[in-house]
Amino acid sequence: MSWVRPVLVVGIAVGTLASAACSSSSSPTSDSAGGVVIRLTGSDTMVNLNQAWAENYKKVKPEVSVQIAGGGSGVGIAGLIDGILDIAASSREMEAEEIARATKTAGAEPKEFVVGLDALAVYVHEGNPVQSISLEELAEIYGEGGQLVKWSQAGVKNTACTGDEIIRVSRQNNSGTYVYFREAVLGTTRELRLGSIDQSGSKDVVALVSRTPCAIGYSGMAYAAPGVRALPISKKKGEPGVAPMLQSALDGTYPISRPLYLYSHGTPTGPVKEFIDWTLSAAGQQILQDVGYVPAPAAGQ
Amino acid sequence: MRHAVVSRLTPLVEPLVEGLIRLCGWSAIFFVFAIFFFVFREGAPLLVGTLDLGEFFTSVNWRPDSRIQAQYGILALLAGTASVTALAMILSVPAGLGAAIFVSEFCAPRVRETLKIVIELLAAIPSVVWGFIGYMVLNPLLISATGAPIGINILNGGIILALMSVPIIMSVGEDALKAVPDTYREAALALGASRWQLVYRVLLPAAKNGLLAAALLGIGRSVGETMAVLMATGHSVQIPHSLLDPVRTLTATIAAELGETVEGGDHYRVLFVIGTLLMLMAFAVNLAADLAVKGVRGKQNG
Repeated sequence: MSWVRPVLVVGIAVGTLASAACSSSSSPTSDSAGGVVIRLTGSDTMVNLNQAWAENYKKVKPEVSVQIAGGGSGVGIAGLIDGILDIAASSREMEAEEIARATKTAGAEPKEFVVGLDALAVYVHEGNPVQSISLEELAEIYGEGGQLVKWSQAGVKNTACTGDEIIRVSRQNNSGTYVYFREAVLGTTRELRLGSIDQSGSKDVVALVSRTPCAIGYSGMAYAAPGVRALPISKKKGEPGVAPMLQSALDGTYPISRPLYLYSHGTPTGPVKEFIDWTLSAAGQQILQDVGYVPAPAAGQ
Repeated sequence: MRHAVVSRLTPLVEPLVEGLIRLCGWSAIFFVFAIFFFVFREGAPLLVGTLDLGEFFTSVNWRPDSRIQAQYGILALLAGTASVTALAMILSVPAGLGAAIFVSEFCAPRVRETLKIVIELLAAIPSVVWGFIGYMVLNPLLISATGAPIGINILNGGIILALMSVPIIMSVGEDALKAVPDTYREAALALGASRWQLVYRVLLPAAKNGLLAAALLGIGRSVGETMAVLMATGHSVQIPHSLLDPVRTLTATIAAELGETVEGGDHYRVLFVIGTLLMLMAFAVNLAADLAVKGVRGKQNG
């Protein structure tokens, strides 16, 4: 379960302190058996994907072991800046200030790789009759000063939810999903309304929504599970919604899909370069599609 | 022959052992101060610099990652910690002290041993497991029982924390009752007091301070608990208006957010300021418990 994450977070915090004390190398380390270890940490959205890549890469290159940890995109980027990782996985773009910090600590600008696309799905309980939802309505539900606090105000007769109140399930702020959702739905000038239920993992959001008839939540498309429904999304109220699917994410008609990134220290070399190249190869992209994401537009060539 | 060797070694060994024990004692004090120092040092630059303490304590807006204007108001987090702790105490103090009285005064010796082992087993359950119980088991139960829109809330967190605090309150409370001299009991019984009168009129007043210490240690446990409340309270920044509202606590905020922060940033420092605040709160509670126990000893000696 993803409740392990805060432990990881503490581990990373301790690691950060340790790396501050003794200068850390930004190149892959060797393990006791003499093999190469690549440290890949970050996006919780991508943790299943990274895990699948790591397992399959073991078959391709048995001497290279890829260590995966989650924690959120922010954790990965912070780790890259502090120099305790080889690759950071992120479901949001690094900010200019973060790139500047990372450039300062590593001596070279981090290199960005778009490895795939993720459609962010909006989930409701399966008992909720709502058919589709628009970004405008989502902004009124999640945004500061938003007007939609009850399902009936959105024109939904949610009989399974006795109190009629919309329970907003969100993510903790170390999450790339959170940052992307905030920007896609509210833009850069409006805050999220406080008082949402903030979960620490993509899976937790779906699990909580599946147990809560009043809830609405957002998570990666790949995390759909029994008990929840992913809503078709439209940009404006009244327009027909587009369901989150491989095709709609790829052709851009689904309004909330986003790139997934890997970041390395400078231009990668050696094992790190080989691994990233492999994730972009046909084999790597097939694994990405099997896990539930959309292949990167430029990959596989 | 062997005696001779031992006695010859004694002058060497004894100071060594004494020094070792002394080192152990001082190291505990050293570590506590070192931890406090390091936590404070990480938060201090913000504390003496740009942090507006008025806003820090009175604003409900906790938006450390805002793109518009970062806001560090912990009022909602303080309210979360206070409400969950208060509910946990209301539930666990009577239960814990009741269990202590039962185990110490009313219970047959064999039942007592079993009960003590079982209750102390509660203390051995990791807090993640408690949180998991709150999240997976108690959440749907509370939704169907109370009609609340969501089951991870103050009530859930309070129940989980109460279950976690009961073993501590019971153990310390039982020790306090055991510390009352048997002569008190004999005297009361000789005067014809019933067992309930003995407990109510003699033991409770005599063990008052120890029982208070037990309750305070339970509070300390509740305030400092992290994982269980992170999972069971809903982790939602708001001032609660009822027992069924989700909240977020100070400890859970640190656990959830420290990993993403970049060393030396404002967000990183403000989390250490919260850490310092929590240490001061824990220190105050422990000091109060300690003074209460001292009160017990003073009275018995005097």
